Amino acid sequence: MSLPAIEVSGLSKRYVIEHESQHDNLRDTLHHTARKLWRRVRWGTGFESEEFWALRDVSFAVQPGEVVGIIGRNGAGKSTLLKILSRITEPSAGKITLRGRVASLLEVGTGFHPDLTGRENVYLNGAILGMSRVEIRKKFDEIVAFAEVEKFLDTPVKRYSSGMYVRLAFAVAAHLEPEILIIDEVLAVGDAQFQKKCLGKIQDVSRGEGRTVLFVTHNIGIIGSLCQRCIWLESGHTKDVGPTAEVMARYIGVRGANNAEVTFAANDTRAGSSRGRIFSARVLSGNQVRSEISIEDPICIELEYTVDSPAEEIIAGIHLHDKHGVCIFSSGPTQGWIGHLRRRERVVIPGRFLNDGRHTVTFLLLRSYAHIEAMVPDALTFEITETGVGRGNFTGTVIGCVRPVLDWSGETLPPESP
Amino acid sequence: MTSPAEELPELVIEAGRAERHYWRDLWRYRELAGFLAWRDIKVRYKQASLGIAWAVIQPAVQTLLLTFVFGKLAKMPGGDVPYPFIVLCGLLPWQLFTSAFNGAGNSLIGNSHLISKVYFPRLIVPLSSLAVSLVDFGIMLVLAVPLVAIFVGLPGWQILLLPLFVLLALTIALGAGLWITALTVRFRDFRFITPFILQIGMFVTPVGYRTDFLPNWRDWLALNPLSGVVDGVRWCLLGGRTTLYLPGLGLSIIIAILLLVTGVWYFRRTEKQFADII
Repeated sequence: MSLPAIEVSGLSKRYVIEHESQHDNLRDTLHHTARKLWRRVRWGTGFESEEFWALRDVSFAVQPGEVVGIIGRNGAGKSTLLKILSRITEPSAGKITLRGRVASLLEVGTGFHPDLTGRENVYLNGAILGMSRVEIRKKFDEIVAFAEVEKFLDTPVKRYSSGMYVRLAFAVAAHLEPEILIIDEVLAVGDAQFQKKCLGKIQDVSRGEGRTVLFVTHNIGIIGSLCQRCIWLESGHTKDVGPTAEVMARYIGVRGANNAEVTFAANDTRAGSSRGRIFSARVLSGNQVRSEISIEDPICIELEYTVDSPAEEIIAGIHLHDKHGVCIFSSGPTQGWIGHLRRRERVVIPGRFLNDGRHTVTFLLLRSYAHIEAMVPDALTFEITETGVGRGNFTGTVIGCVRPVLDWSGETLPPESP
Repeated sequence: MTSPAEELPELVIEAGRAERHYWRDLWRYRELAGFLAWRDIKVRYKQASLGIAWAVIQPAVQTLLLTFVFGKLAKMPGGDVPYPFIVLCGLLPWQLFTSAFNGAGNSLIGNSHLISKVYFPRLIVPLSSLAVSLVDFGIMLVLAVPLVAIFVGLPGWQILLLPLFVLLALTIALGAGLWITALTVRFRDFRFITPFILQIGMFVTPVGYRTDFLPNWRDWLALNPLSGVVDGVRWCLLGGRTTLYLPGLGLSIIIAILLLVTGVWYFRRTEKQFADII
């Protein structure tokens, strides 16, 4: 057995949140320091500061060639873990050993400059991701072919469509040749076809070329098809490590209480950008916010958001997932919005349609039907409760994503003649 | 496929460990530094429609203005050198310092998207920002030297020492820039301090006048490390027609080194938090 490619032991990261201090500017800091000194002189204590452990005593090992997914709710510490592994920030305690060249993709197109041409950006971005000039030159044609932007190589990328931009950015990243690849949700970009291509590339990288991949995403479907093993983080601790199927089953099973209404802080990066922002959403039944809804009642999902986009349309949308993490459908209004306005969208899912059990709703805002401005995975959860509808005398589990009440007809056939 | 016999580089991440291979890393990332410098230069000359012309127009106008103010209004002596050339040879190093200091001072904030997403020794950012100012300086120099040769006289052996003074100017700009840029990450107020320093600096640096005719003020002016640089460059370009005040130059070098050492020290001390607070 060879040594693990990634060895993490006792990893912790602490942030100190000092109350009453927002020293973003000098005046506040001077003021704060003066008050702190005064308090110390009088009472012998400073301001209370709260410690926040983004990660606490996390340990795991990844063997060479393994593809490991990291799952967990928002704020569980996934991004912090990736940031420490990528050396962007330092751990407060613990030790990590990485055996092999490491490349990390926390974002697609880091360092792309809008005024530079596609060709120039490939070199720049390659260098930022850690490729040498010689390496980039060697792979240049391959990168350009993968991104399908041959014709626009000498056009500044600010004139690219968002799809082209993302393709080029991913193409550079996909041609890195590290032994260890660390990826953060970068796949939530580009059109569906390109996403598929990216997934295929990642699969090649891991299976064919034997690289170690550490992968964070909210897209449970991707984790299932890519990763052999999963690490489940919850509030900074490792909650579960094991084969993907087992961890996923437990993860989906206990994923928190029902959450029939949410509001988002104005600085929540998942909920939007400067162009569009979701500020609240809820599940209603009979005009009331409810988390438990009878299988017979229609379900209303309501979404409120702001649009601040002078030229490109902002379109809302939802994904509905069932208790197994299967996407039952995606849907959205057919019209997008331009300008500066606030919108409320409502959609009614008919009663006697969904199956029983827990359902989760993911919200999205798209720009120009291509680029994701906001994506809040599993923002709402609600439970559909059983009333026995459509069951007859059957008492077992009704399988399937939906349980529509369908019209059956039939007749008794005459006995078969001998 | 990688053969098992191949040695894989091993990287250990621990609290406080980054220190150990910092300088080696800085060397290893030299290519990235080159790319960042190349990007800055490209972007600078792409965005400006007049391109290189800006590197010329600005000093030309400033030369005329300062010649008017110091030469005509204040009647400062120019010696045997036409006054505009006293000013021009002072402006060259001053512009070099201004743009290098500005560039380094704003470098971290300007590259915050890189700092929060990729690892590299952060010192690369202010270092590579110096390249643009060097290119601008080069262009101005190429245009200024023939003019000096025609209207004042051929430069002497002194011009060979010019690179040393350029190095001194960059050392001061980097030292001061490191302080400002590291402080700006934490306190955005420091962005407003840079123009303020430069405004005052313009007058307490002998850009528009020569110090060898001001013996009473010489020692005071020498406290500003840029006096040594400006005097020095003027001395190089004008072929020794002005005199070099050596004690002042010595002080200038000492202050420059001090600035750089403390700048690097403060930058390194705060660097680890950049990604968390930028």
